[in-house]
Amino acid sequence: MANEGVDHGRRRFLTATTAVIGGVGVVAAAVPFIESWEPSARALSAGAPVTADISKIELGQMVRFAWRGLPVFVANRTKEQLADLPSLDPRLRDPKCEEDQQPSYCKNTWRSIKPEWLVMIGICTHLGCVPDYYGEIRPEPFDAHWKGGYFCPCHKSRYDVSGRVFQGVPAPLNMVIPPYHFIDDTHVRIGVSPKGAA
Amino acid sequence: MTKPIFRSWVLALGLLTATAALGAEGDALDAAHTNIHDVAAMQRGARTFFNYCAGCHSLQYMRYSRIAQDLDLSEAQVMANLDTTGDKFGDPAISAMPAADAAKWFGKAPPDLSLEVAAKGPDWVYTYLKSFYLDPTRPTGWNNTVFPNVSMPFPLWELQGVQTPVYAPAQPGHDPQVEKLQISQPGLQTPAQYDRTIRDLTTFLQYVSEPAALQRERIGVWVLLYLAVFTFLALLLKREYWKDVH
Amino acid sequence: MAAAHDAYKPDNKVLAWIEERLPIIGFMRSATTDYYAPKNFNVMYYFGSLALLVLVNQIVTGIFLTMNFNPSAAGAFASVQYIMRDVEWGWLIRYMHTTGASLFFVVVYLHMFRALMYGSYKKPRELLWILGMFVYLALMAEAFMGYVLPWGQMSFWGAKVIISLFGAVPVIGNKLVEWIMGDFLPADATLNRFFALHVIALPLVLLMLVVLHLWALHEVGSNNPDGVEIKESKDAAGRPLDGIPFHPYYTVKDLFGVGVFLLIAAFIIFYQPTFFGFFLEHDNFVPANNLVTPAAIHPVWYFMPFYAMLRVIPSKGLGVITLFSAIALLFFMPWIDRGKVKSWRYRGAGYKVALGLFALAFIWLGKIGGGEGTWIGDTYIGRALTGVYFAFFIFLWAYTYFGWEKTKPVPLRVTTHD
Repeated sequence: MANEGVDHGRRRFLTATTAVIGGVGVVAAAVPFIESWEPSARALSAGAPVTADISKIELGQMVRFAWRGLPVFVANRTKEQLADLPSLDPRLRDPKCEEDQQPSYCKNTWRSIKPEWLVMIGICTHLGCVPDYYGEIRPEPFDAHWKGGYFCPCHKSRYDVSGRVFQGVPAPLNMVIPPYHFIDDTHVRIGVSPKGAA
Repeated sequence: MTKPIFRSWVLALGLLTATAALGAEGDALDAAHTNIHDVAAMQRGARTFFNYCAGCHSLQYMRYSRIAQDLDLSEAQVMANLDTTGDKFGDPAISAMPAADAAKWFGKAPPDLSLEVAAKGPDWVYTYLKSFYLDPTRPTGWNNTVFPNVSMPFPLWELQGVQTPVYAPAQPGHDPQVEKLQISQPGLQTPAQYDRTIRDLTTFLQYVSEPAALQRERIGVWVLLYLAVFTFLALLLKREYWKDVH
Repeated sequence: MAAAHDAYKPDNKVLAWIEERLPIIGFMRSATTDYYAPKNFNVMYYFGSLALLVLVNQIVTGIFLTMNFNPSAAGAFASVQYIMRDVEWGWLIRYMHTTGASLFFVVVYLHMFRALMYGSYKKPRELLWILGMFVYLALMAEAFMGYVLPWGQMSFWGAKVIISLFGAVPVIGNKLVEWIMGDFLPADATLNRFFALHVIALPLVLLMLVVLHLWALHEVGSNNPDGVEIKESKDAAGRPLDGIPFHPYYTVKDLFGVGVFLLIAAFIIFYQPTFFGFFLEHDNFVPANNLVTPAAIHPVWYFMPFYAMLRVIPSKGLGVITLFSAIALLFFMPWIDRGKVKSWRYRGAGYKVALGLFALAFIWLGKIGGGEGTWIGDTYIGRALTGVYFAFFIFLWAYTYFGWEKTKPVPLRVTTHD
């Protein structure tokens, strides 16, 4: 072996180029394996948008629907419940819905398309339990000034009837509003935004 | 001395493998000449399938949503024209016919066709679809030269017309063999039109056998190009280092 | 492991700390930059590293297939279609696995043939060869069980036929067959146990055998096309004169080999994944049906030569014995071949002709095994070829034992390199 007369520059250049091109190939080859963990077509099909018939939901009542295996709360809120919402603002973490927990078309006090109809994923933002609905405006053991809302049995987080989280509880964020739109007055399509809305 | 011997062995092995590969094909089937990248043909084939076949045959591994995506169709188009069973857009195309009833009516349940082309090959399916003929000895009245004693009645007869067999002179002690088929009662389509119809149908079923083929063939070129560049670089690198070795 | 050099001491303090407790860098150096390989390797010497590459591919793709495969008689077939259609890139992962399985045998057969050409099984490499044969055996078991998993017609009937071979064992045969299947036909229990063996047990065995095979290789050093022991001519520093460090010279060369191999593999994966029905058989796209045997039932191509022997021999017991001895004889190559000259470059013409006929018989048997088996001529040709296969071993023994072989002088140093 004679190492004299070796063009070290060329050798380094070729080694580096091959290493970089080879590295790109390895990374590219890893992509399919990583993406294979994405929800499959079967999961997507099972998680396809669902239509909820809301004609039977009475005033003040909340009904659960399943979408992507998640509980979706659809509540028909009363005038009284809605009227109290602005007064709660000082006691809430994010009264103006600054955090990205709802589609832009639901970024308002009642967090909905139609004020009375709330469509919300009923999962506590703390650790994922399903909160209970306490719709009555009356003192509750956990809150003397209760204006109606949701109470999580796991770690006692509280939300108002718009799913906005109170201060002083473990949950950090308002509950999530999924994309949805009204097909007609009595049917809601959960999982698809209204035409023209993002 | 060794090199020529070695080369001749390699050549012999190559030839044998090649003949083995060729020997595996064969049989007198008409070539289907399918092209799964012809979207219009696939759309026509899908329409034929759902009009004439889907009443009895399922595509249990094929989702409507995937058909829409790969065949450039909208959800509304698929739901209006192809999905006549009321299944959801994301569901597989299951036939409305209950398998138990089908088994009673035809003697056996119509097979699922998701993998028909993968199992039989496009040429077989294409030739099969043009090889039905009238045979009064069969319970359904139909027989097929590619699939003798087939239990399916011929669903496309109104397109192709009715074929009757021309028998070859019978050998003593043997049943007469069908020599060729001729159209005794014309259908809605000319033979050329009908060939196109079943070519499109076969193309669609070939796609259904392996929907990933579209993506596979599209990506493959780039993978091969990349590997060619990499291999060339590796060759330069090897030559550079091996300058040391004398 | 190259001769125990002075312990390697890294300059970097952290590395030195590690090295004192776990001499891993020293080990890597002894296996790469300090491992000297003959400088005259030719194209036949690519297949060892390629086999290792395929093994890694099979393990990685296999792990990802396991994530979506459903090992039950009711769900296996559908779950394979689920992988092919519903899982993102599932088709690619599966084709990499199926193509890899076949290419594994391509490179392993070429690797073995290389050993026969250049006498790589001879002293001091007998154990290396035997370990390699065990790798081949484990690979056959692994491939067979993997082939059963998709639970198509060929999977089912392939399983049935191969398991039935054990029925030829005297007295306990039938009981043994039932025990292997856990049922009276290949069924849920069979599929489940084959799955466990395919994804856990056999890969562990394979990996362990490969490690031993490489360990033995690094102990005795690689053979080469001249069959010259490079350790017999060393320079003053104790380095083989005809050797070059494995790294970087053979790593860059193998990298080129990997590129060419991947080009071929990618072409198959993307443009001919069934490889004309050889890698993925048409009948296996039909779900397993225990009442109907497919018209043409044969194993995958890499088993066809042995399957042909089974088919042409008109006795179940004798056929099975023939099949197993065809493989077993290969284990004894180091002692059947008593010639001192390793490479066929310097061996008698008789060896070259015999080895050529042996390879031809093997491939032609494969062709017969894959054929319809209806032409009676195939049966007679197949018997003759089976004869040729076994005659190779007998001839080789006699040829070398009685000193009939006229060898050429073997040079002291390697002659060529590319």
